[in-house]
Amino acid sequence: MGYTKRFDGRKFDELREVEAKVGIIPRADGSAMFRIGKTVALAAVYGPKELYPRFMQNPQQGILRCSYNMMPFSSKGERVRPGQNRRAKEISYVTEKALRPVVDLSQFPNAVVDVFIELPQTDAGTRCAGITAAAMALADAGLTMKDLVCSVAVGNIDGTIVTDLMYDEEAYKDGPVADIPIAMIPSTGEITLLQLDGEISKDLLVKAIREAKAACLKINQIQRQALKQKYVK
Amino acid sequence: MLNFLAQGRRLDGRNKDEFRKIEITPNISVNAEGSAGVKIGETEVYAGVKMSVDKPYPDIPDEGVLMTGAELYPLSSPEFEPGPPSIQGIELARVIDRGIREAGAINTKELCIRAGEKVWMVMVDIVTINDAGNLFDASGIAAGVALKNAVFPKIENDIVEYGTKTDKKLPLKELPVSITVIKIGEHYLVDPTTEEEKMLDARLTVAVRGDGAICAMQKGGNMPVTEEDISAMVDLAMEKAKEVRGMLP
Repeated sequence: MGYTKRFDGRKFDELREVEAKVGIIPRADGSAMFRIGKTVALAAVYGPKELYPRFMQNPQQGILRCSYNMMPFSSKGERVRPGQNRRAKEISYVTEKALRPVVDLSQFPNAVVDVFIELPQTDAGTRCAGITAAAMALADAGLTMKDLVCSVAVGNIDGTIVTDLMYDEEAYKDGPVADIPIAMIPSTGEITLLQLDGEISKDLLVKAIREAKAACLKINQIQRQALKQKYVK
Repeated sequence: MLNFLAQGRRLDGRNKDEFRKIEITPNISVNAEGSAGVKIGETEVYAGVKMSVDKPYPDIPDEGVLMTGAELYPLSSPEFEPGPPSIQGIELARVIDRGIREAGAINTKELCIRAGEKVWMVMVDIVTINDAGNLFDASGIAAGVALKNAVFPKIENDIVEYGTKTDKKLPLKELPVSITVIKIGEHYLVDPTTEEEKMLDARLTVAVRGDGAICAMQKGGNMPVTEEDISAMVDLAMEKAKEVRGMLP
């Protein structure tokens, strides 16, 4: 009974293999790649630059604009039609909310910083990979930030809390599943993204968040290493 | 730039007929039926193939469909805007699509499962990762390599089981190599950078088959070209097509 052994043999609190690289898109002001298992996210940052149309400008401080997109051939299933669907729009929106608290745009009134996230291949955890890549890209763009943001999905699979779900786990059929993407500011432990779909008890939820925080810190190490690799010679 | 060109040099030190380094990475996306990444210098594009089973078009009931699309991602250049495809993106897609189609890359009759009922739809999508000039040639190479390593997914009762790939490759015959030559003043250049593209008077993309035949062309740019221009640009394109073909996996 229950989910006693993971499909790919990982420990319950173990991340898939992760890889990060900063500065992958020379035309961008900042860029990064983050891979976790078979999920790959590319992120590019452009700005700060003046925002048009002007009515969207904020004279108090700059705004952050995020765009999440799966490449047409990236999905395990059918081709993803180009153009943002409802899902992509919502993920773009929560991504912006996840990143905004760490970026200081007070010196850039009327300006915008654009973040573009593209996924060439996916195996669950795409929004988390996107946020993790985007945080590195923002740092690479030289923006003032109080910290990075790191992100991972945790979940409840039939009573077991697991870290970094892959697709087959999200699709587990023999019991209740909850998928919980979480993003965290590592220095404070504050959560900037929290979503959940599925079924979980309050006790397990608390445990899941604790696991997510521990995993986020590991991801943060990888982010820092990747940034150092580009900037510390 | 014109002073440099008059001395036979380019801003990045290349000769006028010299490509930047071409790097080809097959299988950049595991979920695609076939895929490739191509770098020419700092320019980088991905191409991926997705296949599905659908009803044939009524006018060609025994033929499958091969289509090529392209998107200029705002991720890849400050000059590309989010939103519906720009005319530049549409032109890129159509030029690559035409090259593949007119080369006779694939016999679409072999994509038929049951005439009038079920056929394979093969979709090639090209996306830009970094635009440092010459997206046309990079896209052409990427689309070609992605098609070459594409395999059919398994089907059961006309439903595609995307997780399971077969070892059956696409029935490919001939792939073109597209080379773009630009004209700045009196100079003809291959593999233009973004700066050179901004200066161009005219542009000619030539798709060349393996036997040296030309199978598609597209002139771009605001200035007209003469017969002599065309002849010289096509010569250069054909010579480079041979060279690039030799580098393909």
